[in-house]
Amino acid sequence: MAGRSPALAWTLAAVVVAAGVIPILIPSMATLVVLILAKGIVVLGIIILLQAGQVSFGHAMFFAAGAYTAGFWGKYLGVGDLVAYLVVGTVVATILGLLVGLFVVRYREIFFGMLNLAFSMVLWSLLEKMFHLTNGADGMRVPRPTVFGMVFSPENFQYVLLYLTLAIAIAATFAVQRFLESPTGNMLRAIKSNETRLEYLGVSARRILLIGYVVSAALGGIGGVLVAVAQQIATPEFAYWTKSGEFVFIAILGGVGNAMGAFAGSAVFELVRFYASAQLANSWQLILGVVLIAIILFAPDGLIGLWKRQRAARDES
Amino acid sequence: MSATVLLEARGLAIRFGGVIAADGVDLDVLEGEKLAIIGPNGAGKTTFLNIATGYLKPQAGTVRFLGREITAHRPRDITRFGIARAFQIPQLFLDHTVIENLLIAAAGHSGRTTLMRSLHDLPERSEMENLLDLVSIRDVADRRAGELPEGKRKLVDIAVALALKPRLLLMDEPTSGVASSEKFAIMDILVAALDKQRVTSVFVEHDMDMVTRYADRVAVWSAGKIQMSGPPAEVLADPVVREQVIGI
Repeated sequence: MAGRSPALAWTLAAVVVAAGVIPILIPSMATLVVLILAKGIVVLGIIILLQAGQVSFGHAMFFAAGAYTAGFWGKYLGVGDLVAYLVVGTVVATILGLLVGLFVVRYREIFFGMLNLAFSMVLWSLLEKMFHLTNGADGMRVPRPTVFGMVFSPENFQYVLLYLTLAIAIAATFAVQRFLESPTGNMLRAIKSNETRLEYLGVSARRILLIGYVVSAALGGIGGVLVAVAQQIATPEFAYWTKSGEFVFIAILGGVGNAMGAFAGSAVFELVRFYASAQLANSWQLILGVVLIAIILFAPDGLIGLWKRQRAARDES
Repeated sequence: MSATVLLEARGLAIRFGGVIAADGVDLDVLEGEKLAIIGPNGAGKTTFLNIATGYLKPQAGTVRFLGREITAHRPRDITRFGIARAFQIPQLFLDHTVIENLLIAAAGHSGRTTLMRSLHDLPERSEMENLLDLVSIRDVADRRAGELPEGKRKLVDIAVALALKPRLLLMDEPTSGVASSEKFAIMDILVAALDKQRVTSVFVEHDMDMVTRYADRVAVWSAGKIQMSGPPAEVLADPVVREQVIGI
């Protein structure tokens, strides 16, 4: 697990430095790195649920909940503070996660996945149809917020957002890794391997899954706030099922056994999208599709698994 | 010494379609004993374990544990009351190591579902290591449960149940699937552990050698009823039991 082996710790440090330094050298990268990190935070939540063997095809609803918190704030309360957006966005996503979670944790596998999808599509249609409240498909603008009460110029703000996002991503990675190593995190994995035995230990598997679900919803909310602020807009697409699919895609791409996989997957995903869409216009999805097929065929443990396997092979020789 | 009745089943009845598994079963389990349940295949012995742990609801009858009615409770509640179960096919967390299986059980038992402490740093760790010693599986503590041979898995399954510090342990054929050369060794270990922890036990068993050697009392489950119960020597000598159950 992350932080245990010195090699992984060094890699982590190198990634953090890269994320922090590259945008200074290439300012146009700043927003891209924010998107990578913010989506990585959302994908941490997907990885938590995958520990229990459950795939949510509706996690974008929590992402949208965070994003629209910032959107509503801007429309109805005026320009707010980024810290307040993050706190309130996380609370909103957490409450939504608890409400939806109480229902969906009763189901497993395809039913769990599809119910999540159904809930997220309800949210999507509400956001799209309630035009007078949400501006419908146009989405809600998210004006540049203050940060701890300070006003920043657009040039400086992108760096403030970048470093704040980086700090949150680091904190979230460690918290999630810790969570997965805790008794509750281990029970989450136990749901995947033997739910019957878990019940025969006096443990409510539903309660354990609910804890994981709510944590993952909160992470979705944080990511949603950050992306909405970085792109200065929240649209109904944030809740659409393809967005949920994107998060699952990134999780599989990066590897689900480790919190670091979320960011590895997110980086490859966003970079491929960024460069492939510049070169290939509308067929960039084709590139991503090929990448995913290659990962599933040749590296079922994702990029992190591939990297670990190579290290293991090198240590043996 | 008048022994306390730990588990008391009265008038249990359950049928699956046309198959009658229980039709008025009365059975007491006394504190401190090792009770073997024998009977023909498909007679309903495992069904009894399923009812006593809340996995199945009987169509009639009640089960009381320490005087409290548990018939309508779920497995996890009954586990919390003090009844643990080991399975015919070991039910383990195969992706976890052996010690982790026990630690998860210990965390479940203590309700310690804390988020900010590693499973491996639980205060119960040394206690669980002692339990591994007691069941003679300390050597595989850090192996994944999925990698172990069946005999070891059986012992891990029982150790997981013992980690819950039960008053009563229900076991379904503790030595089935184990090579016959290992059976006695495993049962010796197991019985010593049960005695040390003062756990009352019920085990469903097919092997009459096991029953003779390890049970204090035998109950014969046949045709939906308890036909007879008593000391092994007496029950196994009964001509009807010999014919119907043992098949001699």
